[in-house]
Amino acid sequence: MSTAEGIYHKAGSLRSERRWALWVSYTSLIIASIIFLAPPAYMLITSLKTNADMANLAGNPWLLTNPTLEHYGAILGNPIFLVFFWNSVKVTLLVVALTMVISILAAFALARMRFWGSQFLATGVFLTYLVPDTLLFIPLYQIVGGLGLLNSTWGLVLVYPTLTVPFCTWIMIGYFASIPKELDEAALIDGATWPQMLIKIFIPVALPGIIAATIFAFTVSWAAFVYPTAFVTTPDQMPLTIGVVSQLVRGDTFAWGQIMAGALLAALPPVVVYAFLMDYYIAGLTAGATKG
Amino acid sequence: MAELSLRKIVKEYEGGVQAVKGIDLDIADQEFVVLVGPSGCGKSTTLRMIAGLEEISGGDISIGGMVVNDIPPRDRDIAMVFQNYALYPHMSVFDNMAFGLMLRKFPKEEIKRRVDNAAMILDITPLLDRKPKALSGGQRQRVAMGRAIVRDPKVFLFDEPLSNLDAKLRVQMRTEIKKVHQTVRTTTVYVTHDQVEAMTLADRVVVMNHGIIEQVGPPQELYHNPATRFVAGFIGSPAMNFLHARVENDAVHLNGGTVLPIPESRRARYASAAGRDLLFGIRPEHLTDHRPSLQNRADLIITPEVIEPMGMETLVHFHLGDARDCCARFEPTVHVEPNVPITLTVDMNNMHLLDAATGKVL
Amino acid sequence: MAADGTVDLRGAPTPAPRASTLQRLARRRSSIAFLMTLPLIAVVAGLVVYPAGYAIYLSMLNRRMDAFAGFLNYEILIENDTFWMVVWQSCFFAVVAVLLKALIGFWLAHMLHHIPTKGQRKWRGMLLIPWVIPPALSTLGWWWMFDPTYSSINWVLAVFAVPAVPWLGEPWWARISVIMVNVWYGAPFFMIMYLAALKSVPEQLYEAAAIDGASSTQRLIHITLPMMRNIISITVLFSLIVTFANYDIVRVLTNGGPRDLTHVFATYAFQVGILSGNIPRGAAVSLFMLPALAVFAFFILRGVTQRNREMA
Repeated sequence: MSTAEGIYHKAGSLRSERRWALWVSYTSLIIASIIFLAPPAYMLITSLKTNADMANLAGNPWLLTNPTLEHYGAILGNPIFLVFFWNSVKVTLLVVALTMVISILAAFALARMRFWGSQFLATGVFLTYLVPDTLLFIPLYQIVGGLGLLNSTWGLVLVYPTLTVPFCTWIMIGYFASIPKELDEAALIDGATWPQMLIKIFIPVALPGIIAATIFAFTVSWAAFVYPTAFVTTPDQMPLTIGVVSQLVRGDTFAWGQIMAGALLAALPPVVVYAFLMDYYIAGLTAGATKG
Repeated sequence: MAELSLRKIVKEYEGGVQAVKGIDLDIADQEFVVLVGPSGCGKSTTLRMIAGLEEISGGDISIGGMVVNDIPPRDRDIAMVFQNYALYPHMSVFDNMAFGLMLRKFPKEEIKRRVDNAAMILDITPLLDRKPKALSGGQRQRVAMGRAIVRDPKVFLFDEPLSNLDAKLRVQMRTEIKKVHQTVRTTTVYVTHDQVEAMTLADRVVVMNHGIIEQVGPPQELYHNPATRFVAGFIGSPAMNFLHARVENDAVHLNGGTVLPIPESRRARYASAAGRDLLFGIRPEHLTDHRPSLQNRADLIITPEVIEPMGMETLVHFHLGDARDCCARFEPTVHVEPNVPITLTVDMNNMHLLDAATGKVL
Repeated sequence: MAADGTVDLRGAPTPAPRASTLQRLARRRSSIAFLMTLPLIAVVAGLVVYPAGYAIYLSMLNRRMDAFAGFLNYEILIENDTFWMVVWQSCFFAVVAVLLKALIGFWLAHMLHHIPTKGQRKWRGMLLIPWVIPPALSTLGWWWMFDPTYSSINWVLAVFAVPAVPWLGEPWWARISVIMVNVWYGAPFFMIMYLAALKSVPEQLYEAAAIDGASSTQRLIHITLPMMRNIISITVLFSLIVTFANYDIVRVLTNGGPRDLTHVFATYAFQVGILSGNIPRGAAVSLFMLPALAVFAFFILRGVTQRNREMA
């Protein structure tokens, strides 16, 4: 075998190695996609099936033959569902607003202004994030009960920040800290006061981080399940997550079509936010780790 | 009037570390003063104390006759150009330059007038609508300067503004800065570690080392009459050659045997030097190829070790006596080869003698 | 002009008012800063630290919460077989689920990393969907897929002539179902984190290793894993905490059944504390998680500070 062939042989094997790797990659990704997307897909299929089709054990449950919107109609026509939706919206919007104000102020102070105890507080915030809601929900049940806010969306608004504030503060600190100090100094010399610096410089420059944190707060608030399950008993105060789970089951019969439709509708807002702001969403997740 | 005065300025950090150990300096109105020195000499710290970005541990700084120690940066009527430009990334060039004026509630027409004027001086008018990330390094630096110019302050402060630019751009921007100073005529304090920038830009150069001022003076003065070993070795590139020597009988005796006669005009000056441990200082530009017509010269035969052809000159490295790396500058047309002995002319008119122990130039 | 540069100016400079302005300014700045962190401190102290301490106090009361009972609740729990099963369950669940999530996430991150960048975004977008849907809701879908009569998964298995599985009916299968759903939900998170970590390894290291003669497995072991070690450990520890304390999936899927055999700390605490009305004992159940959580938290904190030091 001549030298030229030898080299080409190597190049060929490199290419085929790469082709093999690509083939493995795509196969894995396809299989993973099927598995990851199957449950929501099946939920969608079920939500569009007639009850008769569902009860029919003969055919392929994964096929949709007579699509119907009756379940969606039933759900959307059911006033209690709209109450659930409104509760979720109310609680989530309030909690997100509250969280962002608290986080941005605190993150700015901790990232930029040195004061006694700021390092402890920053570490403390991180540790707080690690305390799970299932540890706190029983004492909080007592406390919130003592305040008379059990079975009320206001009680939820009070308590949800434990889920969102620590992490949002943490990633905001990371984003603020990554703004070069010279920008502060230039602004100081230009004549800005600290509030002016926060509003005119830090917030605009850290906007991607703010968006990511807002998305995180929104997603967590919308999906919160432990606190409402513990605190809320009557349907009129329930947010969507527990509303759909607990209310659409009457006795032993499960109105699966409606349950699936309701679940999908309830899952829609986070998925829509994700679809449009995917990069910010992912940035928020990875910021926690990569920015320390 | 925008004169600047530093009296006994000290900067001490926690733990007793003193970055600036007591400096006194007066800068006249419209003067361009460069603080130059190696990393850690305290020049940036001093500049930042003038700006109000660092607290002053001791001493007073006055701008325009008023002590500013306790006055925050925004009220000191200064402007600063940073090494990393520090442009606000989310604002256009126009807004970047206008920011300081806007905070001070200047009327819109006045802001536009000032920004347009500065943009014209710096030749960045077509860039006014762009964002910093769409600009090159040199353009960004100009915007940073524009931001300083529109404020029309008493003092400009420059903190190593050209360090982030490539060599060619640096030379260009140096000229720009000098041109701007000639137009705008604001008192300027400029910090750099590059002595070439110091020499080309300054009315006066302040050489700092380890937190103190070694020497202050116009560039030529520092070049021809350095006061200490540090200044002599810092100013001028390639650096001055230092060789151990003694003075005897009106001649410099280098360790290793070479004898170089001292010119008549200098003999009185070095009268007291006999018997002391000395350093003989001579710049590479005063060690040249054979110049038979030069007065007060000494000719030596040396063996070049490394040759560096620079185009406009050839650097010849050799050792002499027990001095390891001496450097000489030869005309580019002279043929020089490693290990081939060649005649060298020492221009004794530009000789320096330093006390080996104290570093002081005699 | 003297050698140090001093020039005799016309007159002495006018001194301005001394230290008091600066002191006031400095004090004001740090008090502003403190005020800005006050809401955060309020949330942390009032809604996390205080309840945590309160939980400890609660756990030491009697059922009616009118008398101090010391460690009685803990003793009762320790002697209770169901409780020990809950402990074992939670640990088993957490360890197996996290292990699977880490492996699958790592594998997928690698696969994503090796396809051309243009397509990565699309695939990444699709594969993250399980994580985006609120877990309580997606678990509903799984519940339906596990339904004893209508299970669509069993239908697929039947196609391959595999007998139907009693997903939620039998304890072991129920445990596996819970783990399956948790892995389905959590693997995308690991995938995203590991992908970010993979991307942060400089390409030049691989090139240097290839020149040095390393095969792709060797490159994985000696370059990829060490460079990712920090992120791997932080993500694993974090997931251990979250999985250990998980509530949503078990609650919706099995509600602890069949026969209380799939309870984890959170659901058991809920059942004992709120459903059965024994708040102190419920608190005690929750608090049993604390030691394990503290250990995980300690290691995370250490990992994060190490990483900060590395990056600085």
